Amino acid sequence: MTHRIDVCLKQVMTDPAGRRIAARIESDLGFKLDELRVADSFIIDMDLERSELELLAKEVFVDPVIQEAAIDEPLNLPFDWIVEVGYRPGVTDNVGRTAREAVERTLNISKRSGGGVYSRKIYFFRCQLERDQISAIARDILANDLIQTSQVFSPTDHRYSIVAPVITSRAEIKVNEIDLDQSDKELLRISQSGVLALNIEEMKAIQAFFRDDSYIERRKKYRLSQKITDCELEVLAQTWSEHCKHKIFNAIIDYEEDGAKSQINSLFKSYVQRSTEDIRKKLGQHDYCLSVFKDNAGVIKFDDDWNLVIKVETHNSPSALDPYGGALTGIVGVNRDPFGTGLGCRLIFNTDVFCFAPPDYSGSIPPRLLHPKRVFEGVREGVEHGGNKSGIPTVNGAVVFDERYLGKPLVYCGTGGLMPAKINGKPAHIKKANPGDRIVMTGGRIGKDGIHGATFSSEELHEGSPATAVQIGDPITQKRMTDFLLVARDRGLYSSITDNGAGGLSSSVGEMAQESGGARLLLDRAPLKYPGLQPWEILLSEAQERMTVAVPPEKLGEFLNLAEKLDVEATDLGEFSDDGSFTVLWKDSTVVLLPLDFLHNGVPQMRLKATWKAPSLNEPVFECPSNLNHELLGLMSRWNICSKERLIRQYDHEVQAGSVVKPLVGVDNDGPSDAAVQRPMLDRYVGVAIGCGIAPRYSDIDTYWMMAAVIDEAVRNIVSVGANPDHMAGLDNFCWCDPVKSEKTPDGEYKLAQLVRANKALYDFCVAYQVPCISGKDSMKNDYSIGGSKISIPPTVLFTAVGVVPDVRQAVTADFKKPGDLIYVLGVTRDEIGASEYLASKGFIGSNVPKVLDPEKAIKSYRALYQAVRTGLAQSIHDLSDGGLGVALAESSFSGGLGARIDLGKLSYHGVERDDFVLFSETPCRFLVSVKPANGEFFEKCMEGFELSRIGETSSDFSLLVKGLSGSTIVDIDVRELKKAWQAPLGT
Amino acid sequence: MPLNALVVTGHGINCETETRRALEIVGFNGIDLAHLNFIVGGEVDLRLYQFIVFPGGFMDGDDLGAAQACANRIRHSKIDGLNLIDSLLEFVTRGGLILGICNGFQLLAKLGLVPAFESVYLERDISLTANASGRFEDRWVSLAVDKLSPCVFTSGLENLYLPVRHGEGKIVGRGSEVIDKLVSSHQAALYYTKPGESDPTLEYPFNPNGSAHGVAGVCDPTGRIFGLMPHPECYLDRTNHPRWTREELAEEGIGLGIFRNAKRYIVES
Repeated sequence: MTHRIDVCLKQVMTDPAGRRIAARIESDLGFKLDELRVADSFIIDMDLERSELELLAKEVFVDPVIQEAAIDEPLNLPFDWIVEVGYRPGVTDNVGRTAREAVERTLNISKRSGGGVYSRKIYFFRCQLERDQISAIARDILANDLIQTSQVFSPTDHRYSIVAPVITSRAEIKVNEIDLDQSDKELLRISQSGVLALNIEEMKAIQAFFRDDSYIERRKKYRLSQKITDCELEVLAQTWSEHCKHKIFNAIIDYEEDGAKSQINSLFKSYVQRSTEDIRKKLGQHDYCLSVFKDNAGVIKFDDDWNLVIKVETHNSPSALDPYGGALTGIVGVNRDPFGTGLGCRLIFNTDVFCFAPPDYSGSIPPRLLHPKRVFEGVREGVEHGGNKSGIPTVNGAVVFDERYLGKPLVYCGTGGLMPAKINGKPAHIKKANPGDRIVMTGGRIGKDGIHGATFSSEELHEGSPATAVQIGDPITQKRMTDFLLVARDRGLYSSITDNGAGGLSSSVGEMAQESGGARLLLDRAPLKYPGLQPWEILLSEAQERMTVAVPPEKLGEFLNLAEKLDVEATDLGEFSDDGSFTVLWKDSTVVLLPLDFLHNGVPQMRLKATWKAPSLNEPVFECPSNLNHELLGLMSRWNICSKERLIRQYDHEVQAGSVVKPLVGVDNDGPSDAAVQRPMLDRYVGVAIGCGIAPRYSDIDTYWMMAAVIDEAVRNIVSVGANPDHMAGLDNFCWCDPVKSEKTPDGEYKLAQLVRANKALYDFCVAYQVPCISGKDSMKNDYSIGGSKISIPPTVLFTAVGVVPDVRQAVTADFKKPGDLIYVLGVTRDEIGASEYLASKGFIGSNVPKVLDPEKAIKSYRALYQAVRTGLAQSIHDLSDGGLGVALAESSFSGGLGARIDLGKLSYHGVERDDFVLFSETPCRFLVSVKPANGEFFEKCMEGFELSRIGETSSDFSLLVKGLSGSTIVDIDVRELKKAWQAPLGT
Repeated sequence: MPLNALVVTGHGINCETETRRALEIVGFNGIDLAHLNFIVGGEVDLRLYQFIVFPGGFMDGDDLGAAQACANRIRHSKIDGLNLIDSLLEFVTRGGLILGICNGFQLLAKLGLVPAFESVYLERDISLTANASGRFEDRWVSLAVDKLSPCVFTSGLENLYLPVRHGEGKIVGRGSEVIDKLVSSHQAALYYTKPGESDPTLEYPFNPNGSAHGVAGVCDPTGRIFGLMPHPECYLDRTNHPRWTREELAEEGIGLGIFRNAKRYIVES
């Protein structure tokens, strides 16, 4: 029999969760509630006595100080409406899983012998609303129909039921064969209907391979026909997906720019990889890169004893459908990348960068899309739960708003880790599965979650985008697993490790098989969350919290024992071999027999065309206002500039106790910070700075300069806090709209040319700055296309920079420190107002995009500034970016609780003589620096040879006074007013 | 002399590394990090230690309420036929010290190890529930110590400045008199205050969670068991302070005072 225990706060207690949701309902939907209370409900699918249920209520579910419970009967709370929200069968239910463990422990039932426990929420409404309004609340705020069910009850409805949401699949479990001896049209149909995302050339390559006589002969020996199995086709589709193989980045591109024609054989090899190779060559024996582009994350030397590992990923498509689950999976998923690099590492920080449509978007929402406010809140909460529960500080990030992200929000999640340089005497960044090693999967179990994630994200969001592509992460199962694996690592119990992300076992085992030369996977041994999965689903499932490790046979017993002791599941799934094939068996029959060479190198190289033609854009014509108070205040409240404090505070940015420069700085702990500085080893003062650059607006003019700007900004951010410019690394994360010309994408050649130009800039500026890219990722299909409406994101690159801070006690923050300090701008200002926040605030794009005109000189000035920091000369440093000098001055002033007297006439400036252009131009390569008066002369000497302007000094009052080019006052405003405007949009 | 401390880890605990560092800095010379399952499995002998720390984290994900499932884990796990909770009580009776930080405090409260009025242990008198703001928050708070408190850990300290990082830190008593009793018995050893003041405050964000009477930390009647929401292990060094780049501060973080008191107590007794 199934039972139900409902738990609610005692009625005398206020319900903060209910109040918070009620406030959201009022602000988002305009419905006022008298009261909302939230209760938890647990369906227990076990045969239990009343006394046992009472014991469970007391020992597991109820906190007697604050709660009360009802067993197998409804809670006696007053209500006008009730909404019950539960998970659909098969969706990850973390609360249910924890409850089940506690129930089993309390009743002394052996693990998993009983049935399940399923959690749901009950919302008790007191209000004067109608049923359809309550249904709207359920649909728009309380439940996501994709993963949850919701029911609305009035007091007269029969509202109490006890039904466990179990999966009841009676489908026959079997492996199907597919005949590829078909017409092109039929091949394409097979690809599309199966969400395989394989194009016709790829389908034909598979068709041709399966016609090869010697291969057919070999298949016969394994009792396989010449038809491909569903498992094989799915494995190929995952491995060959854009998501996994980066086909566009590896394509041959016929490129035309202003009439000049050239051919590019792989953007990745020609620009990204080559820039790093060239930099490493130049560094020679000082090369600090250890593992680049080949493992799950990049690895550089941190100090003599430790290596730094870092990876940034995107999780856009799932976040569009289920913002919470998508983002949660994004963060716990990227955690596994550094963790699965080399022999594994301790995770020391997370970063998150989001791109959304503005929260105040008031247009219509196309089908299958969610309002940006809901996307924002869901993503925020997902990263909160993923990061906080994993005990990894979220130290750096950004939020960028543009209406085009309505079509697909971008969710970038990054994770850094620290590994010992050597483990048991061997370099820790090198791993190798050996023939004979056991294939062991550890962590969570396999369900239908995340099937086709890799191929689904290789397409635009369309009507048929599968709901099962969405997963919900489970940070605690993952934390248990990583705690266990770090012990196993240090005991030398495995020889290689990788994560199960996109493509699941098919990718993880398929990739590790390359290390040993083959693998033989016994699929039927894989532990399942529930029965009913087809073999190909088990092979592909992206169910979270799983790592695959290669365990030498003699260590297997110790590995499995340790796992069991620490409550972590680990299963032996076969062995690595050296027979050159990826072989999968299902109950003793071979169901996959794919030569590794074909699997990994058989995908045909795409051939694409790109044509660059600069867009015709003009500088707008409008008068410069004589007083810029209003303009500056307006900029402070722009979505892209305003304070993100509300978001930051909900992320634990201090766990591990290594936070040196926090995301919020200044006299009131609420000013913006350019980058984070973390001290990962508490017994030494060496630290790591983490910063990022992102500027999608610039792509509207030219992606070449967009790329230059983001590399420069990321580098400048970490230099601002004290990172060594000669010990940095970069990560490039491209998010593009589909750049392949087709009926759906007539402007594909231009979009691909934008990609080419961005890559050219990546090479030029990474090499100039000597910043090696060590890892990256691209997500190429960020479009929405349903019912004739198409939304494409602006080409967006997130460039993340990490740098070593040799002594964190010399780190610098952006807030002005003392009245009377001298204020300098390092770097020249030009009238580069194109695509600026200032022009955007006036509704223009413009044409003078900010340019990094002399990168060699720029990086030299950063090195000089770094030396000044090491000498202790800089009181504060703030990089100039969105909103230019005006916004930077405002931020440094109010963060320091100080005013400033500024004379723009003293600024090194080239261009049209307009105060607004001078104040709000976004020319890169600039810093705002304050220096003690006594150190002014020395600082100026240190910066000799660079454009350094002393533009004023800080003051003890709260007023920001700026004199314009003509000498008249153009800004005269209280910095507290600026701060208020800055904090208003998203709150604190 | 041997100064042995046990830092409990596993199942979502995540502040063990900095807790160990704090113990190292103040001079503990036998520090072990042990997974809860190793303790339950009998591989760790609690009798070897003078001090046990339950660090912060999200034990069992806080999925059933803060530390609720973990309290169940401790009450229902057996070591060689003996309940883990009984081993803990035996440790207390022997004179050992227990510190619970954040999630660890939530655990001590839910196990009834604090406040344990009149030394009646295992009765749950207080709980820590959702912040009044309804959200998780990371922010630094000013704190004042009740100088009359028997608390071993706060002895001799006055004002502290430490970060809180929690979503469930609001202290609630079982019955209205419980909080008064916490205050009058001086078992409420630590209070949230406004900066520069010493009186408890209810005002947000100085009191970050709406805790009754501004209570931030609670000890048992002996003062040897102490739980607090703020994180002393997160202020070990000057560079942990949010304004270290603009204020004159001691090199050493004031969070260490709590751990140093534990050491002093062990040395002196």
